[in-house]
Amino acid sequence: MFTYLLRRLGVAVLVALTVSLITFSMIYLSGDPAVALAGEAATEEDIESIRTYYGYDRPILVQYGDWLFKALQGDFGQSHYLKQPVALVIFERLPTTMMLGLCALVFALVLSIPLGVLAAIRPNSLIDRTALTIAVIGQAMPSFWFALTLMLWFGIVWRLLPITGSDSWANFVMPSIALGYYITPAAMRLTRAGMLEVLSADYIRTARAKGLRSVTVLFKHALRNAILPVISLAAVQFGFMLGGSIVIETIFAINGLGFLAWESIQRADLPMMQAIVLVLSVFYILLTLLADMLNAWLDPRIRVA
Amino acid sequence: MAAERILEVEGLSVAIPTPSGMLHPVQNVKFHVDRGETVAIVGESGCGKSLTSLAIMNLLPHRAMRSADRLVLDDTDMLRLGERQMSDIRGNRMSMIFQEPMTSLNPAYTIGDQLTEGPRRHGQSGMSEARDRAVWLLEKVGITAATNRLRQYPHQLSGGLRQRVMIAMALMCGPDLIIADEPTTALDVTIQAQILHLLAELQREFRTGLILITHDLGVVARVADRVAVMYAGQIVEEGTAHRIFTTPSHPYTRGLLDCIPIPGKTARGSHLGSIPGIVPSLIGEMPGCHFAERCRHATGRCTSRPVGLGDGLGPDHRVRCVFSPEELQP
Ligand SMILES: Nc1ncnc2c1ncn2[C@@H]1O[C@H](COP(=O)(O)OP(=O)(O)OP(=O)(O)O)[C@@H](O)[C@H]1O
Ligand SMILES: [Mg+2]
Repeated sequence: MFTYLLRRLGVAVLVALTVSLITFSMIYLSGDPAVALAGEAATEEDIESIRTYYGYDRPILVQYGDWLFKALQGDFGQSHYLKQPVALVIFERLPTTMMLGLCALVFALVLSIPLGVLAAIRPNSLIDRTALTIAVIGQAMPSFWFALTLMLWFGIVWRLLPITGSDSWANFVMPSIALGYYITPAAMRLTRAGMLEVLSADYIRTARAKGLRSVTVLFKHALRNAILPVISLAAVQFGFMLGGSIVIETIFAINGLGFLAWESIQRADLPMMQAIVLVLSVFYILLTLLADMLNAWLDPRIRVA
Repeated sequence: MAAERILEVEGLSVAIPTPSGMLHPVQNVKFHVDRGETVAIVGESGCGKSLTSLAIMNLLPHRAMRSADRLVLDDTDMLRLGERQMSDIRGNRMSMIFQEPMTSLNPAYTIGDQLTEGPRRHGQSGMSEARDRAVWLLEKVGITAATNRLRQYPHQLSGGLRQRVMIAMALMCGPDLIIADEPTTALDVTIQAQILHLLAELQREFRTGLILITHDLGVVARVADRVAVMYAGQIVEEGTAHRIFTTPSHPYTRGLLDCIPIPGKTARGSHLGSIPGIVPSLIGEMPGCHFAERCRHATGRCTSRPVGLGDGLGPDHRVRCVFSPEELQP
């Protein structure tokens, strides 16, 4: 278990470093950053002074080392547009996005796991077919379109929920559904497939032969084994959801990281975008690490080597 | 003194709908088990042994349909019980050991948890009592350091150990009847004998009834009190082990016995028998004797009408054949 954790941690650090390198090179992807910063009307001297001011004249590796060292201390530089420390802005917006992501994830799992279990208990039944239909529709429907549909019915026609803003919990209902719905089909199908496989396992027959109640057989003996891949999926999908929050937060005008990313892209605010990408990536890496640890804890074959 | 009847099965049939028609893997099976008795069910692969035992436990696969005239455990008519009441009996008064020790234990839970689950479910004892019994039984089935084993997971145990755990598990609630479905088939040859001895020993000690399903006639000869020979879903011969081995009366039973060498009787280097032909399909109805196709004695009489399990050979020996044993002499 300990070596497994250590190895897993090592991989995570390596991935994080790679991501940071890619993020860092973002500023050179769009050409000379000094030229971009200086603007259309700048003279050669202006550009040159900006280049030395921001340190773009140093060797790339030195720049990267410097940038990484500062980033590790939470210093992502100044936002070109907001003229504020990037870190400050990000950590102001981060909790909102995390909250949204978490609500979306909870919504998705609360919907998909029971549906998947029900579908597996009675394969090809009405429940199974309904669940399959939901899954197919969900996979086919673009999330922005689904978000707008929700908005139209719950916000405008029935007036049940506020359309935009992020002030109260009611603001989070529709965005969470719109965002969480995105991962529901996959989680549901995976739960169903896992349960179907596990339910025909020999140890389920053993559990029934012991006279255990069907609830015990289903939830203690079957779900625990069927849920393992769903956890990995949820972690990966949570990362995608953070990306998806760019769309959802923009549609619902929620003041989170996604919205900030959208704004920063429009303002060509490179340090801000760099930091957002890096923070989201590291968060994503942490999540998969967490999922692996959870799996190891749930599956003694990994834990007790 | 009349023996105490533990299990009585009569007219037990199983039907499974398949794309190519209705399958009848178990047909009109009748046998009984007395207290402290070992009844062996033998027969080649696919003859319906496992489905017979699953039908008794009411653990058949979803699509399979069970019907029976009598299915009585002690004095409980199991045909009248719903699934919930059946689950009160399973693992409690009647338990089962399966063929596949490698996969029959849940990988996610400790041995201790899985052993004590039964007694806790059946309200027999609390956690600590159940643990004590688990340790005691693990020692009984020959597992050392039993207390430590409780904390281990199935993947940390070898196949032989797992099957010992399964045996201990079957005994946790002190059942009247144990069904062991080929408990050693998946194990090493050297371990097979140990496990079977263990099973026979415990069965004597606890005076449970034991249904032992096996291919291994050598084992049957050593441990069984009575033997039921199954062929293509039917019991074709049934009687005391002594009668079956000394005066086998069904051509199929004779064929089976010819397939195993008997020390002292089979001459060194002589040919062992084999039964030519294949098992008939069990889809649809089949009038007459199921073995007729492969039987060298078969005549028109065999396939024209159903052949019943006749008891012309005495009270403890019944055979499903139109011929009398004398007529079958080569
Ligand atoms: N779920 C099922 N669906 C369809 N057919 C089945 C099913 N289970 C068993 N059968 C068929 O029923 C017949 C009897 O099966 P069973 O498992 O009882 O045989 P067995 O005597 O235990 O054989 P073995 O010695 O190989 O364990 C076989 O022909 C098998 O193919
Ligand atoms: Mg079998």
